[in-house]
Amino acid sequence: MSRDIILAGIRRHLRRGPLPPDQAAMLSARLAEHPRHIIPKRVQLSRPELVSLFVRNLEKEFGSVARLAELAAVPQAVAEYLAAQNLPNELVIAPHPDLRQIPWASHPLLKLREGRAEPSDLVSLSSAFAGIAETGTLMFPSAPERPTTLNLLVEAAIVLLRTSRLVGPYEDAWDLLRAEGTRYNSSGFMPRNVMLITGPSRSADIEQTLELGAHGPRRLHVLLLEDDPTAKG
Amino acid sequence: MLVTSPAFKENASHALADAALQKALARARTHFQRRRADAAAGLPEFEDLRARAREIKDHTLAHLDFYLERYAENVERAGGFVHWCRTAEDARAAILEICERAGARTVTKGKSMLTEEIGLNEHLERHGITPVETDLGEYILQLRDEPPSHIIAPAYHLNLDDWEKSFREHHTGLPPERAFHERRDILTEARKVLRERFLAADVGITGANFLIAETGSSVIVTNEGNGDLTQTLPHVHIALASIEKVVPTLEDAFCLLRLLARSATGQDFSVYTTFSTGPRRPGDLDGPEEYHVVLLDNGRSAMLGGEFQPMLRCIRCAACMNHCPVYGAVGGHAYGWVYPGPMGAVLTPSLVGVDQAGHLPNASTFCGRCEAVCPMQIPLPQMMRHWREREFERHLTPATVRTGLGLWAYVARRPTLYRWATRAAAATLGWLGRKRGRFASLPFAGGWTGGRDLPAPEGETFFARYAKTQRQGKA
Repeated sequence: MSRDIILAGIRRHLRRGPLPPDQAAMLSARLAEHPRHIIPKRVQLSRPELVSLFVRNLEKEFGSVARLAELAAVPQAVAEYLAAQNLPNELVIAPHPDLRQIPWASHPLLKLREGRAEPSDLVSLSSAFAGIAETGTLMFPSAPERPTTLNLLVEAAIVLLRTSRLVGPYEDAWDLLRAEGTRYNSSGFMPRNVMLITGPSRSADIEQTLELGAHGPRRLHVLLLEDDPTAKG
Repeated sequence: MLVTSPAFKENASHALADAALQKALARARTHFQRRRADAAAGLPEFEDLRARAREIKDHTLAHLDFYLERYAENVERAGGFVHWCRTAEDARAAILEICERAGARTVTKGKSMLTEEIGLNEHLERHGITPVETDLGEYILQLRDEPPSHIIAPAYHLNLDDWEKSFREHHTGLPPERAFHERRDILTEARKVLRERFLAADVGITGANFLIAETGSSVIVTNEGNGDLTQTLPHVHIALASIEKVVPTLEDAFCLLRLLARSATGQDFSVYTTFSTGPRRPGDLDGPEEYHVVLLDNGRSAMLGGEFQPMLRCIRCAACMNHCPVYGAVGGHAYGWVYPGPMGAVLTPSLVGVDQAGHLPNASTFCGRCEAVCPMQIPLPQMMRHWREREFERHLTPATVRTGLGLWAYVARRPTLYRWATRAAAATLGWLGRKRGRFASLPFAGGWTGGRDLPAPEGETFFARYAKTQRQGKA
């Protein structure tokens, strides 16, 4: 079998047999502990400073941010954004409990559909699992309430992020997923797909010059819901 | 892919005389260097991360069998399939079989140098399956039937007019009078054309930047989002990865990811970093129903435990070629196979044989910039020297070079003779060149003076000058 031949070849070149049980146990322990390495000092900040760092990094990568005091402000913020960007009043929304609580009745002109994105959809609204201030990155573990296509097929992706879900380094976001992810599946905490998204899609393949909107969204707009009183500046 | 590395010298001569290529190279040369320098300077921990990243990879390679087994178990636990392949041929066959079983007519592809290494596209086409490259750079190269010239910027060698010309030639369904005013128009057209291909594809094939043993995940890093569309929309996702891509944990991967984009494009982080673990889960509204990993050795395991093992730390960021004066002068195609630049000069002889690729480790000034910028601290110049030694040992070096080296070694091992000979040569050349200060040609040194002048010595050797200053210092 190819598997055994490859493994035997690796061992032969490393000049040893299969690992003795004590060594294998040490490596298993390392996997179980998954120790952290060097975390950049730039993320050792107070909660309000973390929010500022996240916004600064996201804007540096051509994303935009609107800060909201309450969930009820979402429809107005969405309508304003669509008007400013000259986009149609039509969006596909992730079937996420957070988004289901939004009182849309105040904006009857917004046409809404819940589900995954179809090729004809221009605008999506989804809910981020976490925000990572280190590089202005959004984390999207796939789940029934967080379809992957909403991040990919549209022209403009609008994302709801709670400041209570904002962390400094990537490792903190993974710890959140390690703690909460097991509810998605029985085979561990990892869902089928985890996207880390930093700004809108882009390419520099033409003469090493940056152009936005390669295959994914041309625009990425974050609605930052300030639900964490300790994160207010 | 046909290996033209044996013709490196001729390839390089053509490249130097190619005006369009030289224009493209001149534009790109400083761009990546400046961006990387800024990104590295922006993270005070950058040097410490390099040292740690190297430790992580060395640890993984020393226990590669253990981590691969653990990785494969976790892929299978998540409902995926692992296909262990020893050779390029095995990998081509495994991928073709998955495609045929899925009844595939077209497959979309994310950017993958490994699919270039195994010649996947040609193989699929021969069996009636149409592969569609979706990375913008790879897409235009597929239209032009050219190989990539750079591992992260495949269309490094093209200019804007090349893009317009190829798009007009191939997108015949679009109005011929349409205008391309700016780069954005090219991008918009590619987006539109490729969107249809994404939606039509039966299978999506990606590479992998990393494999995570802890979770059984494959990781891809892109800026365009093409890799994500490739692995999300079709019924089947195949990730092709070589065995040295595995790292133990997510934390280990993030040490390397903090270095990857900064070293490659000078971004702090790429736009899309995506972890795939098995097929669609119950209740999911999208994602592939089948997930396969084709795990390929193709010569890697034979590099373990020897002088070329450090090359297996490579994370394919391209910093070495972006900072290489030889790559900057001749571009990637001259190297004659998949991997160009310093990393290619070390890897290509390992994978296709030093008899085929012996020129590549010789095409180096040993300036050391590649090693200085390598995020994984791979001693590239040292390994190029190892290849030169192997080439010499196997009598692949031309007779004139061997005679010259033998003569030099004879003299260098006899200090009195060496000093006498260099004194005589310095005095003679100094006297002969006293008028012009340089030589346009010299007997036995035509290879050197063919491209530049040799400055005439001042008339004294280093040893003589050193002895004189020492005496003066004491007086």
